[in-house]
Formats: sequence, C-alpha cells, structure tokens
Amino acid sequence: MIDIKTIKKQFPIFQYQPDLIYLDSTATSLKPKKIIDKLREYYEEYSANVLRGIYPMSEKATVEFEETRQIVSEFINANKSEEVIFTRNATESLNLLAYSLGRKIIESNDEIVTTIMEHHSNFVPWQVLASEIGAKFKVIDINEEGYLDLYDKNIKYQISNIKKIITKKTKILTLTYVSNVLGTINPVKEIIAAAKKTNPKIIVIVDAAQAVPHLKIDVQDLGADFVAFSSHKMLGPTGVGVLWGKEELLKTMNPFMFGGEMIDEVSVDRSIFKEPPHKFEAGTPSIGEVIAFKEAIKFLNQLGMEKIREHEKKLTNFAINQLIDTFGESIKIYGPKSIEDRGGIISFSFGKFHPHDVAQILADEGVCVRAGHHCAMPLHKRLKVSSTVRASFYLYNDERDVEMLVKGLKKVNKILL
Amino acid sequence: MNIYQDLILNHYHHPHNQGKINKPDQSIVVNNPLCGDKMVMMVNFEKNKIKEIKFQGKGCVISNASASLLTDYVKGKSKQELKKLDSKFIIKMLGIDLGINRIKCAVLPLEALRKLLI
Repeated sequence: MIDIKTIKKQFPIFQYQPDLIYLDSTATSLKPKKIIDKLREYYEEYSANVLRGIYPMSEKATVEFEETRQIVSEFINANKSEEVIFTRNATESLNLLAYSLGRKIIESNDEIVTTIMEHHSNFVPWQVLASEIGAKFKVIDINEEGYLDLYDKNIKYQISNIKKIITKKTKILTLTYVSNVLGTINPVKEIIAAAKKTNPKIIVIVDAAQAVPHLKIDVQDLGADFVAFSSHKMLGPTGVGVLWGKEELLKTMNPFMFGGEMIDEVSVDRSIFKEPPHKFEAGTPSIGEVIAFKEAIKFLNQLGMEKIREHEKKLTNFAINQLIDTFGESIKIYGPKSIEDRGGIISFSFGKFHPHDVAQILADEGVCVRAGHHCAMPLHKRLKVSSTVRASFYLYNDERDVEMLVKGLKKVNKILL
Repeated sequence: MNIYQDLILNHYHHPHNQGKINKPDQSIVVNNPLCGDKMVMMVNFEKNKIKEIKFQGKGCVISNASASLLTDYVKGKSKQELKKLDSKFIIKMLGIDLGINRIKCAVLPLEALRKLLI
C-alpha cells in the first residue's frame, strides 16, 4: 500500500497549494523535493559543463551526469549504459530516430507502420518521412473498445491479424506502449514477437512516454529495438528525454545534430564522430536536469513500480465506478473496460458539454484536468469527437481527488444544464 | 471571477445568428488549435456594410457566446469600422476575465470575421 499522506509531504507543491487536485500527470508529473534539491545542488555547488573541463568541479558534474545514465540503464534493464541517449524529451527521441534511422533505411515503396492511437510525436515524424521519400505509411486501427485491431476475435491478445499489416516491405513498426488518451496498455512484447516473426528484419520502436513512469519496463525482455520516454512525466525535471537503442543499431546510425561534444576529430574536408551515446548528444545538454533525473528514478525504485501500478489500478477502478454510478449514460468513458488493460488515464465526454467548459468549471473548483485532443488528433477523428476531457492519476493521487472530480462534474451540470 | 455569467449562458443556450446564409458573399472556416473545433462564418454585404451574418459550429460556451454577441454587433457596420476590432474589444464585449489559454476560444469568431473582411 502506498501511504498518500507521507508521499504528499515529499512534494513541496502541496505546501503551496494544500487543496491542489492534480489530475493531469499524463501531461507532466509533479516533482518531489529531492529532485528540486538535486537541481539546486548542481546549480549552486558545481555548475560546470560536462565532459570537457579537467578541473574538479567539471569532473564532479561529469560523474554525476554519467551516473544518471547508469541508473537509467539499470532501471530499464539496458544491456549497457552506452545504449542510453539523453535528448530534450520523448518527442526529440522519436524525431532523432526519424532522421538518423528513418532517412537512412527507408526507400520509396518501403512501409512504415504505426497506430491510430499515437501521440502526434510518434505519428507526424513518420508521416512526413513517408511522404518525403514516397514510402507507404500504414496505420493500425482500433476496435470499438479501444484495443488495437490486431487480435483474434475470441482470444484476447492472440495476435492473428499481424500479417494483414506487417509485410516483408515493412522496415519500421513504431507504436505506443500506453495510449495517452484511451489508457490502453498494448501487449507490446507480444506484438513485437509477432511482427518479428512475420518480418525478422523489421525495426520496432516503442513510445514508452506513458509507460515508463507507471509500469516496470525491461527493454531486453520487450524485444524492442528502440524505446523513447521523458523524465518530466516520471517525477523528473523537464528538458530531459531518453532514447534507448540497441548498440549495434546506434553504431550504424548518423548523428541527428552536429556540434560540440559529439566529435572525435574535425578537419577541413571531413569530420569523425564519437561513438554512441555521445555522437547523438551534440551541444551542452540539460546538465542539472539530467543529474536530478536520477533522484526521480531512485524515488520510483524506493516505492517500487509494482506498488505504483497497483495503486493506480485501484484508483482508476474506483474512479470509473464512481463516474458511472453518479452520471450513468451522461458520461462516456473511452478505452478498455478491463482495468488490467489500462493505465491510470480516463478520457471522457460529459453530456453535450464542450470539454473546455467542463475543464474550466472543474478548474474553478480546484480540479486540474486536461481538455482537448491531447496531441492525438487522428485518434479523436477516429472516435468522431473533436476533443475529450482527460483525468489521469499518479502515485500522489487518492480517492479524495476522485471525489472532488465527481463533485466538480456535478457543478458542471448545475451551471450549464 | 466565474466566466459563466448570465449574459454568456444566455447566448450559449439561445445563440443569435446561428445557421446558414443560402447564397453568402463570403464564407470562411476557422480552427481552434486548442481543441480542434471548427467554426464556419458567412456574410452578405450591402455596399460596404454587413447586411447579414451567420455562424455554425460545435464550439464551447465561450466561442459560441462570443460569436453570438459579435454577429449581433457587426450588423449594419462598415468594413473599415470593423477592421479596427481587436481582442480587447471581445473581452469587453463578453465582460469576463479569461485566462491566456481560453482567450483563443473567445477570439475565434473575431478571427473568422477578419478573414471575411479582407
């Protein structure tokens, strides 16, 4: 069991806003004091650049910086820490792949496969790449319950439809682990295995931005080639993303950006780049933020990812029941009904009210939710709505937050009905 | 301040000038990137003045109320006069305090109007 009272004490924001009902962790998470302290430590005590100075302060910064790489690598069970690349965010990690990998291997008439439930950051880079090169851009649909349209009708997660979409021409399959709207947890391991069985040469990319903060992830067990996620959604600072990739693939890829700290040697006629990960980390990185990121992982490890998942499952179940019991048919919740198959994300339509108005009135009641298309317009078009309201949970939320959401929605009815 | 004041809610529940003009002189579609909403606005001019104006779209309370009030206001006014309208005017017209994000909903009808005046 997670003790919310003890947890909340570790998040300074609750001292400033004791009544804060924060239900938007899918957008970004709140930050524990330990992360903020570590940021301050870097900026106050050893704010030097990394990998260049030979004076003690720069060496200290470098050691702290590289230690985060090691801790991230252990957290996701990477084979070695050189497979962990720091970017600005998951978006940059995915764009890096579209440039460094996609533009290298995709030729006209090749296929790139993604899904309709992607965030724009894992949809648009591939759509643009396909149209530039003249490759085929294929999109896996969903069924009415919000599952990918890949499975046998009668046997859950029996992936019987993979051959309809993955062919020998499919060079890249890129998909999200957890949908930031539907909350659907895709059986990524099984999908990767089925895809690689159909086409052993396929490269599989997983957008794990909504998964790594909430689920135990083992990149080797997953069987993926690349996994992208962001620090700021998992208690860490903004400005830090991770791209994990298999070393042998990273070595064959060209850099995405050129500049400082990624160079072995530059002559007038040519340049030689460093080995991964540094070849992909041109320019001064978010040093303090990377250093503080490891405190977020330590925090998550201390609580235990299994416990966090259990807590979110219980809370999501409670919330769905409360919302349906209170509002019946006037609330439409999207995504899987089975709590086992969804993360702590509940997107919904409420009566005939516009999501902006719902979110606005909730905001006036002190409840922070998100309204809009959540950077997933293709999915909203598929759901035939322009926008939805989204409430999402993390380890600092409890049943009171859900009760306040329900109370706020009653107020929406009162004002707008 | 609560933005859901009586004036706003009245125009939301009973919008003025909602619908279509059969043969409009000009018609325009604008998008609110915040929520993906679309608003259609159409207009008929007489000489240099707006004779008839209508809007359509499934917007939020704020964008609908703003469109309802704005379309009432612009009737019979000249293009030159209307080109001067800005977001400050819209806020004053609505009489509410809008946050930095929600202001986009309020000025969406103004954006449509401006395009119709070109």
